[in-house]
Amino acid sequence: MALDLTSGARTGSTGRPAPGAHTLRHRRRRERLRTIGFLSPWLVGFTVFFGYPLVATVYFSFMHYNQIKQPEFVGLRNWSYVFTQMPLFGPALWNTVWLVVVMVALRVVFGIGVGLLVTKLKSGVGFFRTAFYVPYLAPPVAATVAFVFLLNPATGPVNEVLGAIGLDGPNWFNDPDWSKPSLVMLSLWGIGDLMVIFMAALLDVPKEQYEAAELDGAGPLARFRYVTWPNITPIVMFAVVTGVVQTMQYYTQALVAGKLASGVTIGPGTVIQPGYPDHSTITVPQLVYQLGFQNFNTGAACVLSLVLFAIAMAVTMLLMRRRSGLLSAED
Amino acid sequence: MTTPTSPAADAVAPVRPARAGSAAGPSAPLPAAARRARRNRVLHWIAVHSVAVALALAFVLPFVFAFLTSVMSDGQAMSGELWPASWHWENYSKVFHTPGFLDWWRNSLMYAVVGTVFTVCSSVPVAYALAKFRFRGRRTAMLLVISTMMLPPQVVVVPMYLVWAQQFHLSGTLWPLIIPMAFGDAYSIFLLRQFLLTIPKEYMESARIDGCGELRTLLRVIVPMAKPGIAAVALFQFFYCWNDYFGPQIYAAQNPGAWTLSYGLESFKSAHSVDWNLTMAATLLIMAPVILVFFFAQKAFVEGVTLTGVKG
Repeated sequence: MALDLTSGARTGSTGRPAPGAHTLRHRRRRERLRTIGFLSPWLVGFTVFFGYPLVATVYFSFMHYNQIKQPEFVGLRNWSYVFTQMPLFGPALWNTVWLVVVMVALRVVFGIGVGLLVTKLKSGVGFFRTAFYVPYLAPPVAATVAFVFLLNPATGPVNEVLGAIGLDGPNWFNDPDWSKPSLVMLSLWGIGDLMVIFMAALLDVPKEQYEAAELDGAGPLARFRYVTWPNITPIVMFAVVTGVVQTMQYYTQALVAGKLASGVTIGPGTVIQPGYPDHSTITVPQLVYQLGFQNFNTGAACVLSLVLFAIAMAVTMLLMRRRSGLLSAED
Repeated sequence: MTTPTSPAADAVAPVRPARAGSAAGPSAPLPAAARRARRNRVLHWIAVHSVAVALALAFVLPFVFAFLTSVMSDGQAMSGELWPASWHWENYSKVFHTPGFLDWWRNSLMYAVVGTVFTVCSSVPVAYALAKFRFRGRRTAMLLVISTMMLPPQVVVVPMYLVWAQQFHLSGTLWPLIIPMAFGDAYSIFLLRQFLLTIPKEYMESARIDGCGELRTLLRVIVPMAKPGIAAVALFQFFYCWNDYFGPQIYAAQNPGAWTLSYGLESFKSAHSVDWNLTMAATLLIMAPVILVFFFAQKAFVEGVTLTGVKG
């Protein structure tokens, strides 16, 4: 039963409360205090580290502010700058959308595939599961450095092996057409999280349904289509939505791959044009960083942040609607 | 048609023989059908396992290539050769003697350990309240937690940085990343709540009847029962901190003394642009702790990953 504060207040207003009502009101107040007490870390955190900066982002998006002089109101100038004049906005948005569509789709398909494969294995399950899972744990920077090395066009092992069997390997991270596919390969290497989720979902499909389908003479494809798929759809939906949200934040791998592949031998923090080669790896979050922390164009950075926020919220709303179970698991 | 009853085999059992048998009618000799079914099963086993072996090779080879290169001589590491001509284990000690490398280790550990402790301590009570208390606005609170969880960190980073740098003068340290973790982490709260929902209410009620206050109930009854969930959340948070690149780049970039391994590795590569052997040794040294932790806590980890997707 929900805590009903209004009826308690009404009892109080109708003259002297009965002794029972008094203790009840007392208990309710104590319960409310207890709830607030337990929630307090998050209440503070949400206000200070989420509420405040969000409001400040909106404020700064209308300001010219170089982080030294006082902010100065400029109306919608930051907004029109970002949408119409900023040269990197187009490529960054395109790359982010490209990655969201291609990377998420391939990761989900591959995740289901690897999950299916592992559930069909009869021996060595533990070994294979671990082999497919461990790359997911590699820190993104380390995994990216390793892939830049592996896919090095001149001396990398991958092109060496391809050369040995007579194939001419592409330039991978150094070719604008191949840089994003290379990032996709990197993300598929780290499929472990989705594999585990899909494995669990696949093992949860009731066995009787497969048996029934078999009796009806359904082949493997028909069984996947009519038994497996309907059972795992909620998990697929979950994987797609969280994948979209994660890929919208895609930052570290693209930045590190671009920087290292460009061969620029200067330390981090140095201002270089991001997105090597040919802006093919710059993403919206990278642009936020560049504007806010390298160009000190706070206003434009905040505009971009809000664009990102709007998209993230839209995707989250979709998640809430499709998976109301997320919230009401108990009730 | 008799099919194997192990769970994995159920999905695998070929249907084709059953169909073939029924099409051929009762006149088809049973031993032949049974033999065909067995042959099909064997072929199926071979097919599935070959795919698995090939795929496992593709997943493992990056580690193998990185390792082989990490023990090559400087000269050989620049070539395209795959197998080390001589084994240079001293590359690893060279990495440790790189100026700053030990500081990065210390900073990474500090960030990950303190951050994890803060996160768990602050998130458990919030998750408990969201899972077990009844109050107005509970649904809204949960919606807000999920929204925060989904929010790209870049959205609020600019004003947050200005506060930490201008009001508290904490840029150049990792504290702006650690302090917020003492105020609940949305993702951890969400996961813990999902886990706490699975604990029956009766345990809390009986604790209450025994005269435990809410805090005592939480610490004495709930926390011990929620250990697997807490372990999973702690692991996730530890890995998050260890792997974080964006945060240290924002707050620690200007002070190499505060860099973490994840952040320092890139500068290491930039400084040793052609020394792929040293870079690969450093890369493997950064991967090693997470992978070791995983092997020790595999169960908690897999459980946590499953919790994110399958519950609810």
